[in-house]
Amino acid sequence: MDSGGREVTVRRQKIKKNRVKVRLIIFLILAAALLAAAVWAEALCPYDPYAQDMSAALQPPGPAHLLGTDRYGRDMLSRVLIGARSSIFSALLLAGITGMLGTAAGVACGYFGGAADMVIMRISDICLAFPSLVFAMGIAAVLNGGMKGAVIALAAVGWPKYARLARSQTLTVKNSDYIAAARLSGSSALQIIFLHILPNTGGPILVTAALDIGTMMMELAGLSFLGLGAQPPAAEWGSMMSGGRSMLQTSPWVVLSPGLAIFVSVALFNLLGDAFRDWMDPKGPGGHG
Amino acid sequence: MKKYVIKRLLLLIPIVLGITFLSFGMMRLAGSDVVLQQAEGSGAALSQEAMEARREELGLNRPFLVQYADWLKGFLTGDLGVSYVSGKDVFSELVSKLPATLLLAALSAALTVAVAVPLGILAAIRQNRVTDYLIRGCSFIGNSLPNFFTALLLMYFLSIRFSVFPVISDGVSLRSAAMPAFTLAIAMASKYVRQVRAAVLDELGRDYVEGALSRGIPFSVVLRKNVLRSCLSAILTLLALSVGSLLGGTAIVESIFMWDGVGKMAVDAISMRDYPVIQAYVVWMAVIYVIVNLAADLSYRILDPRIRMGGER
Repeated sequence: MDSGGREVTVRRQKIKKNRVKVRLIIFLILAAALLAAAVWAEALCPYDPYAQDMSAALQPPGPAHLLGTDRYGRDMLSRVLIGARSSIFSALLLAGITGMLGTAAGVACGYFGGAADMVIMRISDICLAFPSLVFAMGIAAVLNGGMKGAVIALAAVGWPKYARLARSQTLTVKNSDYIAAARLSGSSALQIIFLHILPNTGGPILVTAALDIGTMMMELAGLSFLGLGAQPPAAEWGSMMSGGRSMLQTSPWVVLSPGLAIFVSVALFNLLGDAFRDWMDPKGPGGHG
Repeated sequence: MKKYVIKRLLLLIPIVLGITFLSFGMMRLAGSDVVLQQAEGSGAALSQEAMEARREELGLNRPFLVQYADWLKGFLTGDLGVSYVSGKDVFSELVSKLPATLLLAALSAALTVAVAVPLGILAAIRQNRVTDYLIRGCSFIGNSLPNFFTALLLMYFLSIRFSVFPVISDGVSLRSAAMPAFTLAIAMASKYVRQVRAAVLDELGRDYVEGALSRGIPFSVVLRKNVLRSCLSAILTLLALSVGSLLGGTAIVESIFMWDGVGKMAVDAISMRDYPVIQAYVVWMAVIYVIVNLAADLSYRILDPRIRMGGER
């Protein structure tokens, strides 16, 4: 390849990189808007999401109620907005907890090795032997439902993936010269983990967590749909859909509006996750495709 | 190969022990009080002494490990206790409902392969063209739809608006299996189209493909004879992994479509806090999952000589 060709390639790569960055920024802004809507949901609600008004029950979408009303006459738009809070924040919390727990376990296993490594990895093997949703349903049932129970159940199911990733990442950097240098210069294990190992292994873990948020949101909504997450009358998308199921034939908006809300948020977080992955790793699957 | 099979079969023992131990411990933590549960269920007010006596009778005062060993013995002999709610034998109930779930799972897996493999290949050979973007777009949408929403959408459009299928199943028939199977297949196919595409693209980029093409072998022949054969093990792995999400996914879908399988049984049991049934469901689904994964692992070792050689060296 002559030098002119190389220049063109470099320029193309730059354009591609910029495109990835722009995509990431756009989805970040959209996600921030969604989060802001969830945070200030109360101010945005046209009606009180819990106020029942039997005279206005099951009204189809119209100028007074943009998304219609449910069987107790509660405004669907307000309920969907308030529901964003528990649905989205629980998913973010879940991704955070699962990622941190798994990473902590994995880094400790990889760095210290020994009996603890053996035991933790065998436990993760057993957790992975269960079909994940079946396991989560079992744990959530044991914890007697509630959003907290659902988050704990899904975290218990999700951590082994992160633990394995973090462990293998730690093992690859553990024997590098710079770690040896840090150890020789008297750094403690904790210092080495936080200052050297985590910054060098965190990328793939963050990408995995970002890609998982959408799935986690769906799984949380699924547990709520089964009655193992948020309990009525709390407004949560999964449980709202479950409650409206019997009215699918007569008033489909009761089911469709929270459903669309889940779909849009999951899609947005999936797009954000993809963009984040491409930005972190331009040579990855989406980077050149 | 024989040595490997024996090794894998022996490795099943600690895994199954782990599964049973975890499930047992989990349920004991929650439903520790069978007696209180039963008393509440029957509505009778039992005295403290009567409940103590009943606990003694059921052996709930013995050490945890003794109870576990006892339960494990029951598990191995097909005795998982009786349901708190119906009083029926849990194991025979589970066995009687398992075929319906397996039928649904097999149908969805077949549908998934029938959709995901051709579309994944098509997307790969038309990379970055309209077909590819369309397929990837659909797969993205399918990936962002929770299966209960897909189920309700299908129900709304196919049964209520245009009565193509019955709203709820009228027994175990192909016609009533169609919508639940579609629901499960849509989610899985969306996921696997991407992976089939990636696997085929990866294979197409190899030197031997270029070599074969430059020798004048038609692209379709290379695709059929070399590329697809090499992707087979990847596709099999996907199928085996999908069994896990299928077994979990059937629970929600079965209960929406009133499909009388183990998933619906588990969901009903969860709402009644019928712990023996939940426990049996969790343990057996895990055991089935582990066995399916093992079978897939062994079978693609047979299909793909590269892994076989690598494993035995």
